[in-house]
Amino acid sequence: MNDRTFLQHDAILELIEGMARLLRRQMEERGVERPAMIGIHTGGVWVARQLHALLQIEDPLGELDISFYRDDFTRIGMNPQVRPSKIPFEVEKRHIVLVDDVIQSGRTVRAALNEIFDFGRPASILLATLIERNGRELPIQPDVSGLRPPLAAEEHIRLEGPDPLLLRIGGHGRRRKGS
Amino acid sequence: MENLQLDDRGGLRHLLAIEGLERAHLEKILDVAESFAVLPGRQVKKVPLLRGRIVTNLFFESSTRTRTTFELAAKLLSADVINFNVNVSATAKGETLLDTLRNLEAMHSDLFVVRHQHSGAAHFIAHHASPGVSVVNAGDGRHAHPTQALLDMFTIRRHKGDFTPLRVAIVGDIQHSRVARSQIMALNLLGVTEVRIIGPSTLLPAEARTLGVHLYHDLESGLEEVDVIIMLRLQRERMEGALLPSAHEYFQLYGLTEARLKRAKPDAIVMHPGPINRGVEIASEVADGPRSVILQQVSHGIAVRMAVMSLILGAHGDGDR
Repeated sequence: MNDRTFLQHDAILELIEGMARLLRRQMEERGVERPAMIGIHTGGVWVARQLHALLQIEDPLGELDISFYRDDFTRIGMNPQVRPSKIPFEVEKRHIVLVDDVIQSGRTVRAALNEIFDFGRPASILLATLIERNGRELPIQPDVSGLRPPLAAEEHIRLEGPDPLLLRIGGHGRRRKGS
Repeated sequence: MENLQLDDRGGLRHLLAIEGLERAHLEKILDVAESFAVLPGRQVKKVPLLRGRIVTNLFFESSTRTRTTFELAAKLLSADVINFNVNVSATAKGETLLDTLRNLEAMHSDLFVVRHQHSGAAHFIAHHASPGVSVVNAGDGRHAHPTQALLDMFTIRRHKGDFTPLRVAIVGDIQHSRVARSQIMALNLLGVTEVRIIGPSTLLPAEARTLGVHLYHDLESGLEEVDVIIMLRLQRERMEGALLPSAHEYFQLYGLTEARLKRAKPDAIVMHPGPINRGVEIASEVADGPRSVILQQVSHGIAVRMAVMSLILGAHGDGDR
């Protein structure tokens, strides 16, 4: 394995601050008031915690584990590390900011959208990801992303954390959750 | 009996008994069940995990709660469910167990949930099932009832957290109870301090000591310092079989009352697999009292059965199907 550190904690926090500014502008343009926020386990929750504080969101942060909604269950089986999804606010008619660490295929976000709708019908959803990389397999794009690093198809990038946050790039690794 | 339960990667292929499983298997089931237990709080209570799969409830012995919770668990996983009650069906017309199995397999069932009056029936079906087909034992004779034991462990863990310091008493007809047998295995595997079995000598198994339990014939002394009390249902047919004098006398000696409950730890919980016989093994004021978690056991049964079915049906990949 030839893993290398790509970004350190402080640089990642700067990216997240940039995401917060972009999100504020997007929400203003769309007339979104009192947004709620949901992070996708595990890295997405770490990023969401920072954004949640920066945007001074009133409702507690929601956490989604999409294991029950994955499209590769028949291929790889149940994720034994599954955690309960917690959305501590009413989803119905709310504007929601959905946060993940990395978007690649788009399959994790597809699963997350399906799960959110099982909690209720939101008014709107904005997607924010720390890393927007190539490799999309579904027509899903983030509204806001922190960085678009040029990566070769066989390279994989992952967020470690939560304290300190660390972005690492490795070769020929297999993606963990089809993000 | 051979251990058919695990696939070549150590994943769960069938669930037939607690014997043959490791502590890690039990903990994985309980962990996954935690995530299913939160679903009832949502607008849509189901998840799409087993969409397109077929689960057959194959019940050779009557059951309400177990069959219903298996059915609900499968439906909450988005599986399609067939209920096949054999006492009113084909075997009554002379069909053999294997013929019944082959017919149901021809209906493309992925998972059989089997209850049978004979010990070893689920094992027999698992042994003869086609490669892509799994079996969950929902109670076979006096042998095992693993999902009941698992939902009891789930209930205990939710109330007590750690298993290690716990003293657990199982009270009643241990001798004829598949539930007790599976509970004892599971409790020992999870590493509790002590398992006690309490009952008249006619209802305690002779081989009890090999099960790793302590025997008590006196309920009051058996309940001292206990964290968890599991009451078993007294089956009426045992009284007809002269193993017991009468329901009234049994309650006098082994019925759980408020006064006797005081012998256990102040935060002890009272469990019962149901259906309860009020005034036979348990007093109404205890069954309905603040220490009773009997109805929580029923709800937990759904989450635990969802965990078992999803782990089994996700364990082996496309190659088998």
